[in-house]
Parts: sequence; C-alpha cells; structure tokens
Amino acid sequence: MSVLAIRDLAIRLPRGADRAYAVDGISFDLAAGEILCVVGESGSGKSMAANAIMGLLPDLVRVERGTATFEGRDLLALPERAKQAIRGDRIAMIFQEPMTALNPLMRIGEQIAEVFEAHGKLSPRERRERAVALAAEVGLPDPAAIVHSYPFQLSGGQRQRAMIAMALALEPSILIADEPTTALDVTTQAQILDLIRNLQHRHGMAVMFITHDFGVVAEIATRVIVMRHGEIVEEGERETVLNAPQHDYTKRLLAAVPSDVVPTAGAVRDTPMLEVQHLRKTYTTGGGLFAKPRVTHAVDDVSFAIAKGEVLGLVGESGSGKSTVGRCLVRLVEPDGGSVTIDGEEITSLDAAGLRRARRRAQMVFQDPYASLNPRTKIARAIAQGPIAAGTPRREAMADARRLLETVGLDASAADRYPHEFSGGQRQRIGIARALAMRPELIIADEAVSALDVSIQAQVLELLRDLKDRFGLSILFITHDLRVAAQLCDRIAVMQKGRLVEIGKVADVFLNPQDDYTKRLLAAVPGATWTGALESA
Amino acid sequence: MRILSLIATRLAKAVVVLLLIVIANFLLIHAAPGDPAAVMAGEAGAADEKFIAQLRERFGLDQPFLVQLWTYVKGVLQLNLGYSYRQQAPVLDLILERLPATLLLTLTAFVISLTLGVVSGVVAAARQGKWTDSLVTSLALLFYATPLYWLALMAVLLFSVQLGWLPGYGYETIGSDATGLAHALDVARHLVLPALTLGLFFTAIYMRMTRASMLEVSGMDFVKTAKAKGLSPGRVQRRHVLRNALLPVVTLAGLQAGQLVGGAVLTETVFAWPGIGRLMFDALAQRDYNLLLGILLISAALVIAFNILTDVIYSIVDPRIGAAP
Repeated sequence: MSVLAIRDLAIRLPRGADRAYAVDGISFDLAAGEILCVVGESGSGKSMAANAIMGLLPDLVRVERGTATFEGRDLLALPERAKQAIRGDRIAMIFQEPMTALNPLMRIGEQIAEVFEAHGKLSPRERRERAVALAAEVGLPDPAAIVHSYPFQLSGGQRQRAMIAMALALEPSILIADEPTTALDVTTQAQILDLIRNLQHRHGMAVMFITHDFGVVAEIATRVIVMRHGEIVEEGERETVLNAPQHDYTKRLLAAVPSDVVPTAGAVRDTPMLEVQHLRKTYTTGGGLFAKPRVTHAVDDVSFAIAKGEVLGLVGESGSGKSTVGRCLVRLVEPDGGSVTIDGEEITSLDAAGLRRARRRAQMVFQDPYASLNPRTKIARAIAQGPIAAGTPRREAMADARRLLETVGLDASAADRYPHEFSGGQRQRIGIARALAMRPELIIADEAVSALDVSIQAQVLELLRDLKDRFGLSILFITHDLRVAAQLCDRIAVMQKGRLVEIGKVADVFLNPQDDYTKRLLAAVPGATWTGALESA
Repeated sequence: MRILSLIATRLAKAVVVLLLIVIANFLLIHAAPGDPAAVMAGEAGAADEKFIAQLRERFGLDQPFLVQLWTYVKGVLQLNLGYSYRQQAPVLDLILERLPATLLLTLTAFVISLTLGVVSGVVAAARQGKWTDSLVTSLALLFYATPLYWLALMAVLLFSVQLGWLPGYGYETIGSDATGLAHALDVARHLVLPALTLGLFFTAIYMRMTRASMLEVSGMDFVKTAKAKGLSPGRVQRRHVLRNALLPVVTLAGLQAGQLVGGAVLTETVFAWPGIGRLMFDALAQRDYNLLLGILLISAALVIAFNILTDVIYSIVDPRIGAAP
C-alpha cells in the first residue's frame, strides 16, 4: 500500500545554476513498511526531492510542478502552516551530519522533548519522560543521564541516535533519511543501519533512505531507485537492481564500487623508501591551575616500512591516529619520539633547511579538494608554486605544470582557470599534479578519494595506480574505507586508538585477519555479503 | 566549581598582567619628553634652577629611575596610587570621586547600544534584502560614520539650544540642592544626550555583528533540524538561531565593556561631564604623571576584569567551553 505517491515532480533551480531543474519530472511510490533507497551521485537531485517532500527547499529553489500525495492530501500544495504541522509529526527526517545537525547550546533531552512541544502534545513533565524513553529505545547509553548532556559530549554515532529519537518521537508514518550514515565510521554505520532497520520493523514506518553507497543499499534496501541528473534511470527490487542492473549508468556505478576482489600485489622490492620506527605523538589538552590536563596518545609506538614502488594502506576509524602518522612523516606535526627515515635520511632531526629539501621527496595529497586549493590562485600557479619556491625557474615550472595537468588526465587549458571552475574529482587530480610537481618519491595520500563520488573515486584510484607504475612511486594511502584500500594497496596496516594492530598483505588481512578489531572492521563493511554474491554470480 | 577554578586561574594571571602593565606605563611615560617639575615651576612663574631642584627633591624625581619605579610599584601593591602634585590630593581619591559619573554614562550607553544593536540586527536579518533591512543598516552606518564629537555638538544644538528640551552640559543643575528622586531625575535629564550620542555610535557595531551572525546561523544544519521537527518559524528564530547568533556578540560586548572607562573622553569633554575621561585629559595636558598612571592602571584593571567576566559568561552560555576538561 502506497503511503506517499510522487507524480511528475519537477524542482526548478535558481538562474545561474548548472542546470535548470534539480529534479525533472520524477514519479515513484513509497509503500508502507518498506525501505526505499534512493541512490545517486552528488547533484543527482535525490536530496532535493526529499527536501521538497518535507517543505524544506532552500529559498530560491521551488517546486514547479507535480504532486506528492500523502494521507489524501497533496503535500506540495499545502499552505506553510499545514506543512509545518506534518513535519516532525507524520513525516520525520534525519540528516547526514550528526555533528552539526543538533543545536550545540541545547541539552539532548530538551531537543527531543521539543518535538512534542512543537506539536502541542503532552505536558512538560511527560515530554521529559518520553525523551528518556526514546533515548533508551534508540540505544543511547544511560538514557536518564544522557538527556542532560550537550551534543558535544556525544560521539557521532550517539548524535545520530539522538536525531533518530527525535524523528521517532511522534511515530511518523514516513521517515526520510538523507545519507544518515555517510559521515560515520564503518562500525558505527553498521550499528545505525541496524537500528534503522529494527525501528522500521517495529514501528512499521515507510523509510525513504537516500544514499550514494551501494554497500549501504545492499544492507538495508527493500526497493531501489537510481537517480541521475534529476531523473530516475532505474527502479526495482534490491536484488534485481544490484545483480541484474538494466541501465548503463547503474551498471557503471556498480562496476565502480570497490569490491573485495583483491588485485594481484605488485612485485615488492626490498629497499625501503620509508621506514618508521617507534613513532609517538601525544596531545595534551586542557589543564589549568586546578584542572588535570587530558593526555591523548594519538600515535603510540607505531613502526612500519614502505618499499620502493609499494603502496601501503593505513586504515582506521576517525580518531585512530592514522592522519597524525601521515603528518608526522613530513613533520607537519612534530612527533614526540621515534624515527622516520625517507630513503635512509633521518627526518626527525633535520633543521629547517634540511626539512625543506626532504619535503620535496615526500608530498601530501589531502582529503578535501575544495579546501586545499587557494581559491584566488590559478591552477598552473598553484602547481608551480612548490617547484618555484624550491628554486626551479618560473617559466620552466609553469611549463611543467601544464604537462603535469595532462599527466593527471586534465586538459592543459585548465592551467589558466581558478579552482572553483572544477569539479571535486578534477580538483583532486590537480592536488595530485601539485604533489607530482615536486618529483616526489613518496606520496602521502590522506583520505584522498573519500570526498568523491564512487565513479570519480574509481577514476582517481586508477590514476594513482598508473602513476605509481610509471614513476615507481611509493604511496602511503590513508583511508577509513577498507574496500578502497583493497583496490590500490599492496599491503594494509590497521590502526586503532593510536596503535598499529595488524599489518600484512591485502589478501592476508582480508581473508585471514588476525586481530579482533580488524575482524570487526571487516564485518561492518556494508554490503559485505552482497559483494560475495556478485562474485559467485 | 569549574567556573570558580576558571575565575581563580584567570585572576592569578591577571595580577601578573597588571604588574607588567604598570611597569610598561611607567617606562613609557618617563620616556616621553617633558619634566613635570619644570612645567610646574614654569606655571608658578619661578623657573629658576633652585626651585626646580627643590620640587624634584620633594616629589622624589631626583632619585634614580629604578628607585622611582620600585617606589611606585611598592605603592601600587599597597593600593597606594601616589599623590597628585597638581591637584594636591591622593590619586585614588581623585579617581574614585570621578568614577561613578563615568560608569553611569558609559554603562547607560553600553546598554543602549547593546539592546538597540541586537534588536535592530535581528530585525534586519529577518527582513534580509527588504527595505527595512536597508533602512536599519543605513541608519546604523550613518551614526557610526559620523564623527562622535560632531554628532554630540549637533545633539546639543538641536535638543538643548534650539528646542530647549534637555540640558546640554554638566552632570546636574548647578546650584540646585535637590535631593532623592528629584536629584536622580535631574541627573537622568543630563544623562540623556551624552548617553544617546555615545550609545548610537556603538549601536552600528552590534547591529552588524548580530545581523551577520543571525544570517550565518540560519544556514546551519541544526536550524534545518529544528524546522524538520515542525517548530514554528518564530520559535526556530528565537530558540535556535538567536541563541547561537548571540555568542560572537557576547565576545564583542566584552571587548567594548573593557573600554567603558577610557572610551568616553570625547563625549565627556563635549558635554562637560565630570568623569574620568576629562580627568585623564587634564592629567595628560598638565604632565600629572601619578594621576595619569593611576587612571591608566584603573582602566587596564577594568579591561582585564571585563575580560574575565566575558569568559565566565561565555562559559555559561556556551556549554562547550564551560565544560572543557
């Protein structure tokens, strides 16, 4: 039975946007008791569709035509007051960023209780009691106490649970979840997916689940809709879409999903390019005349080596210390102890001039391709800056920048444009070209593909693999995504709470993990069973 | 408890900072050209060497520099700010006598600018891009861009000289021996023009800060969450947007509150308001070292005190800061 029927929905973007319609004439039904996954890459219009249903479109974006029939009424035609009455009561929504989706100045309990208040239900005392009960239902630890906490005192997963508690408060018949697990660690993601599935079952809600991750789809979906450029390109039951996709775009997306198929490891040469021994970094925060400082061991006695031409994956959840390791290697963060040698040269004891020379040999590629390029600097200049600072004549460096742009698969004409004129994937290519400009022997890629859509991610990984072969680069590939690591790396090192818990060949770590934590990580990868099914198919 | 420890830590640091300020001020003033003994002797019409030497000996100006500094610092530690040779009175007494008038003026102006600024900022943000927004923004900017003394003079001309509604100078009506409520009303009437002039000038800063902050917070994720809960627009604004938007305004208010003592020199001069500002102006003109040092010290102490107060308020309104371990 359909609880929500969308017909011919079209959402118009403001003038000057990259296209006229965010969503262009889509129709679909959401049935009671199902989890409908809406899949698509960024810009496909999936979130816009959800916001239109909630009546939460940004100011300049408007619904141009179409209907959304819910409980006999067209949601899109309702006056604002009526929409407001439905929001949070009959239809609830949770968002992608649990870190920012809660008011930082309000206690968790107040924020949950506010839902009842907004709809004029229950007495203040009953609201408080219900808030505790809801906190318990979504699995928050010590519910009676946690309702008095502020959001910053909760982890990302706990915040998302609190969001879900708010959404459930009035037993809505539809829950819209907009990428609710994207910002979470893989083990937390598995727990939240579990929670959503259980609650959906218990309350019989219809769930519209927006995601870009086919692994998540495999875990949770009943039915799937694939969107691209504001249109629905494919729709069907989960098994059909995953295992027998019809549309080319779906096929491409699925092919781009990193799978557990382990690539053959390249011949690893024995000479170490990078050697790290007993690396330590401790952070001390807080502390005053009367307060005891808090000590965090971000990196705790970590040792590993990377051979020439080898790719080592450094995998771990947020807070595991993996990025700190990367930064310590080039002393963007000063290590507290241990030794780092790059091609035999000790890095930790270098003076400023020596460090500048050594940094030429080890270059970093960062996660956020938007934030790591100066918006006021043209691309060629951004790439040439490093070599010029290191003494390469300007003309030569600029010419080299153009060549490098072609090496990373961009047009040389890109050289004279500004960062905002490029997409995320293109910017990451620029970031890689910038690193290559220094002719490094070691590249430290810190979550270099994490912010990218899956099809773009596949292209960038391909590029890295190609560059590695061509230039014999050693790469430290830092990521939270085990599947991505498996695609590129020769060996994998797993970090947890600052310690290296396991290191070995990709196949060994995947097929025969030794450490409990590695096993938990692998089990939590969404769609683990589905990828297996694909292979046997 | 946590807040008490915060205050204690900050107070301990404040003492050190204040001592450094005392020394720095002392050095700066003594580095400036001009000898108070010579100036006094000159004004007395007896600028002969012997008289000057006598004055120097009397005021300890013949002592080595470090000894002078030590004597002063020792005095400050005993809450003795020295003696004003010009006014023939202890510095502390002079300052305490003037402080209430200044605080009355600046606190009133502070409250006016904060209230008016926040309210108009909220209105402007709510009507972003509409004519109300333009009107409020331009008015605030006009008051901010106008030189303070000119604004003050115009206010006196219009409301005092032309219309005769309000007194144009002074703290109270000279010669009236009104007491109690009548006296308070008299002072209040004298307060209106200087306080409004000073307040309107600072309103623009709060208005712009509030407006920008409201608009920024409106775009944040948790505001969308609040809307998704089905809260009415008014409640979303009050409870979620405004509360968060006021955090930077608190910081700004703390910074400005620190200048309450020293920031009203111009206004006090134009309106002949008998406050610290004018005392400082006179001390500067007459090379009254001790008095000047005393005023600088008291205003520095107030700046630090308000900084601590701001941090305390901040740690109460923003739980993230108050609870940091």
